[in-house]
Amino acid sequence: MTGTSSTPQDTRFAPGSPVRVSDRASLGHCRTPVYLRGRSGTVVGIAGRFRDPERLAYHKPGLPLQTLYRVRFSQRDLWPGYGGPANDEIEADLFEHWLEPNEERQREQGR
Amino acid sequence: MSPHDHDHHHDQDHAPITDQDGPISRYELLETAIRELLIEKGLFTAADLHAQIDATESRNPALGADLVAKAWVDPAFKANLIEDPRATLGEMGIDVGAIAELQVVENTDDLHHVVVCTLCSCYPRMILGVPPAWYKSTAYRSRVVKDPRGVLQEFGLELTDTTKVRVLDSTADLRFLVIPRRPPGTERLDEAALAQLVTRDSMIGTAEALDPQS
Repeated sequence: MTGTSSTPQDTRFAPGSPVRVSDRASLGHCRTPVYLRGRSGTVVGIAGRFRDPERLAYHKPGLPLQTLYRVRFSQRDLWPGYGGPANDEIEADLFEHWLEPNEERQREQGR
Repeated sequence: MSPHDHDHHHDQDHAPITDQDGPISRYELLETAIRELLIEKGLFTAADLHAQIDATESRNPALGADLVAKAWVDPAFKANLIEDPRATLGEMGIDVGAIAELQVVENTDDLHHVVVCTLCSCYPRMILGVPPAWYKSTAYRSRVVKDPRGVLQEFGLELTDTTKVRVLDSTADLRFLVIPRRPPGTERLDEAALAQLVTRDSMIGTAEALDPQS
């Protein structure tokens, strides 16, 4: 995986981790789409560490760097009545400060 | 006031160049005002600006098509391109730029990727040039995430249920290039002939590569 190099120690979520996107509002420029807020997905990769776009957009350096994750969502989880096959999916790139551990799914996986 | 009322020097006289004949919009006026101020303040010259526009517009999908054709004929190159696009392209003298990271994904019989930027119009410009107008439209951006199979059908691409659809929403610093499936019956074509089959849309994932039989 490319991107500014990142060691496992600075990342909160490992690939395979179930996560939930924070369901909060944002003011101004933000790269977390509204349709994914509050939704559950799985980390499938760590893209690297990048400047925080929410600060960068307002002429701030955007530091410290934020870890960017590739997160996969099931289409059927996102859209009630999704007409395609059950394994259709969406991937988006989301910053660490928008992700929360999904304890419910973690427990399910632990069973 | 027209953008040309104030005192500055042109190499030659000309009418203001606009993209269309309609009335100038608020944002066009804003862009013109800021651009002229930056030039007057000496942050860059008009020649710098035009050189940059030229460089941006000189990138076109042919570069991506060459990469895809090479990936089709050379499995080791394809593996490297997917594993580390920046280094692989760097070795070929292709600079992917510092702004975003390129990711390369491969479409197969079982998995079809289609790329969108729901938030704006992020696009692998370093490889494909300027995005098509429909890519930036609200209709494409809002619909392809909800009903990708329906949207692909409107593009003329019918996928069976045995092919998984994975929508890639370029929400942040990654840009995606799709390697479409190599069309059947192309075993004897060379790289240059194969590149002719690779369309811009096939590298966004809204189409297959062209069928040489048709």
